[in-house]
Amino acid sequence: MPQDPSAGLYCVPQALEHNVNSLLMTTKVRGMNIEETPLPGIGVRREVRLATGRRIGVVTHRDGHTELILSRMDDPDACAASIPLSAEEAAALGSLLGSAQLIAQLSAEQKDVAGVTTHQILLRPGSTYAGRPLGDTQMRTLTGTSIVALLRGEQVIGSPRPDQVLEVGDMVVIVGTEAGLAKAAQILQSRS
Amino acid sequence: MDPTTLSLIQLGIVFFALGFLGRLAGRIGMSPVPLYLLGGLAFGHGGLIDFGSINDFAHIASEIGVILLLLMLGLEYTARELVTGLRQSWMAGLLDLVLNMAPGVAIAFLLGWGPVGALVMAGITYSSSSGIIAKVLGDLGRLGNRETPVVLAILVIEDLAMAAYLPILTAVLSGVSFLGGLTAVGISLAVITAVLLGALRYGHIVSNVLDSPDRESFLLKLLGSALLVAGLASALQVSAAVGAFLLGIAISGGTATNATRVLEPLRDLFAAMFFVLFGLNTDPRSIPPVLGFALILAVVTSATKVATGWWAARRQGIAILGQARAGAALIARGEFSIVIAGLAVASGAVPKELAALATTYVLIMAVFGPIAARYVEPFVRLFQGKKSPGKEPEVIL
Repeated sequence: MPQDPSAGLYCVPQALEHNVNSLLMTTKVRGMNIEETPLPGIGVRREVRLATGRRIGVVTHRDGHTELILSRMDDPDACAASIPLSAEEAAALGSLLGSAQLIAQLSAEQKDVAGVTTHQILLRPGSTYAGRPLGDTQMRTLTGTSIVALLRGEQVIGSPRPDQVLEVGDMVVIVGTEAGLAKAAQILQSRS
Repeated sequence: MDPTTLSLIQLGIVFFALGFLGRLAGRIGMSPVPLYLLGGLAFGHGGLIDFGSINDFAHIASEIGVILLLLMLGLEYTARELVTGLRQSWMAGLLDLVLNMAPGVAIAFLLGWGPVGALVMAGITYSSSSGIIAKVLGDLGRLGNRETPVVLAILVIEDLAMAAYLPILTAVLSGVSFLGGLTAVGISLAVITAVLLGALRYGHIVSNVLDSPDRESFLLKLLGSALLVAGLASALQVSAAVGAFLLGIAISGGTATNATRVLEPLRDLFAAMFFVLFGLNTDPRSIPPVLGFALILAVVTSATKVATGWWAARRQGIAILGQARAGAALIARGEFSIVIAGLAVASGAVPKELAALATTYVLIMAVFGPIAARYVEPFVRLFQGKKSPGKEPEVIL
């Protein structure tokens, strides 16, 4: 299946394939098969098959609460773990996994453009720009780089606007040339 | 004492005792249904204490209990799930029906209860308890297992089969002529098909009529429509229970989820009354003579359910352990066996011993089913000659 690079960070399922002679339905997301199995009277189970052969996934109950499931090694039909998650816990886990994916994806997307790379720079305590809006750094004017995202704890702030206020501990994701990125790091780490 | 005062006191004692029984059931992780039945047996004729004066209330309350049980069974699955289930798993459903009705039919003829008794017993041994099974699967953390959709698909088909079985049962129990019976069955099958197809396309209309942001009016509309539909169905000789069940199917989406939430406490109250009344009307002294038959029936119908689950799971390419888990999960019988027995006993068309046999049978199966589901895995591993690995280490990658 051809991958559409313009599909964005959080892409929608690209195709639905009905798996005949089985109770499940397969959806392809970024080259991974997400198997969706209706559980009548209970909810829906969505899972991914890992390279190790394990199944990992989520059971979404009708009332909205979720369960993280992981299949057993010795008996792939059964589950080694089935962990109930509250809505907040599920969201936290999702963004942890999502931010890792975001970095990997940005790096992959810039790989083809010569000389352009992605860096993450941590905004340390004492930085001049802690508590100040992003626009104050004049990042693009001074270094030619772009800040494409902020990772703040469990939160991902994609394409931050100039009035977005930076906080200590923010992971600033920047795209640019090596020279530009070095300058950007200096700016963000400069002390007042 | 004033009869009303006496009724209030007796009713209070009954509910209070049931509350304790329910708590006890929750503690030891079992369905409260067998304990309610035991409670009824204890309160009833020939039991420990005699509570005669609440029979009038108990009677209407238990009728409402049956209607709510069936309404919520209908709410449990959407029309789409029913149709998809039927299309994908009809072979497993058919095997389930044949294998599990046969022992009931056999024992009825063995005990000389004739064809009517056979039809009733067939339903009692056939219907797995979707309530007990769904809870056990959740408690044992098996919702992520591959065999679980297979088990659920069989429950969905049993659910549909109920919609066909109950009108047939009601027609036969009311002793109508063969032709009259056929007409009733024909009408109800046509209505079921129409409701199912209608619910797929126009389910949202029914939901919109009933839905209300206000909890109180939502509850009243739901209960009102359920009793109204059940009553009309009963007047058409279709069985009140089936009417409620079909209404449940017609309610869809978010309305169904809300309806389940709102009705649950009412169902618990009235269904408890139904189970107690069933126990009340069963003479405990009639149990010992049928105990042997109930045990034989329990052994045979456990085996037939295991065979059903085993076969259905195998067809989906699931390994031996999963096949065994699917089979054992299906063993539990409960509320619907008692609903069927209750309809039969109320009509007076079957001998009193049937109530005793049904009670004993459900007591055994509702307790044994969850135990079997829990311990089938180590049991099969023992047979395979492998050591049970116990708890798997947390990370093996």
